[in-house]
Amino acid sequence: MSVSPPLELRLLSDPANLAKVRATVRQASVDAGFADADAEQIALAVDEALANVIKHGYGMQTGRPIRLRIEAVSEKRRTGLRFVVRDYGRTVDPATISGRDLEEVRPGGLGVHIIRTVMDEVCYEPAVGGGTCLSMLKWKSDD
Amino acid sequence: MTRALKEMRQVGSTTVVVPSGEVDLQRSPELYREMMAICRTRPPRLVVDLRQVSYMDSSGVSTLVEVFRSVNAYGGVLVLLAPTERVRAMFQIAKLDQFFTIVDTEKEALRDG
Repeated sequence: MSVSPPLELRLLSDPANLAKVRATVRQASVDAGFADADAEQIALAVDEALANVIKHGYGMQTGRPIRLRIEAVSEKRRTGLRFVVRDYGRTVDPATISGRDLEEVRPGGLGVHIIRTVMDEVCYEPAVGGGTCLSMLKWKSDD
Repeated sequence: MTRALKEMRQVGSTTVVVPSGEVDLQRSPELYREMMAICRTRPPRLVVDLRQVSYMDSSGVSTLVEVFRSVNAYGGVLVLLAPTERVRAMFQIAKLDQFFTIVDTEKEALRDG
């Protein structure tokens, strides 16, 4: 199966949906020319973003809407993929979103740390009409 | 066995547990509950056999960190056995690959069992 961006997925905030989304993101990344190992990490980062929406944006409520848009991007001589996660839950103040202090070994904030480690550009914004919009960009390393 | 753990066995004083499949936000809460129940029995050496775990996200890693804390608190030892390449990469991104005791073979995992 080939997954060509732009692609817009509408899903519900149920952890049971994460495996299918990971598979789609992994395939879209491979189809865009990312190496398998990079595609794995991209799928992990998007998974963490969606998990954070389910946990923090919606407080583990299932059945709430999430949109994931995957689009191809190019700039000068490099290309990549942008992943935009839009939720309609509790609006998160971007200033309060940070990865954990890695000197302390504790679980909190690990998902954000993973997103920031894997992706090249990460931007959280309050969305118009409520909720949060998270944009994540990954450039292909061989471009 | 439980849904979260495919297998659990005793080898001498060592308890070996075998989770499997994809440990993500859907499955890690159940794994957490099962692992904490095992920790309450205070096994002196607890081996988590990760050879059949094909994927792990931060919720799965957080579960392992909490298990480590629990085992460490009563003076036990936690050993992770042979995580797959994908799971090992996750530990590296989380900078936890040096935090856990990770061994490659069952013989090493059971060494002090």
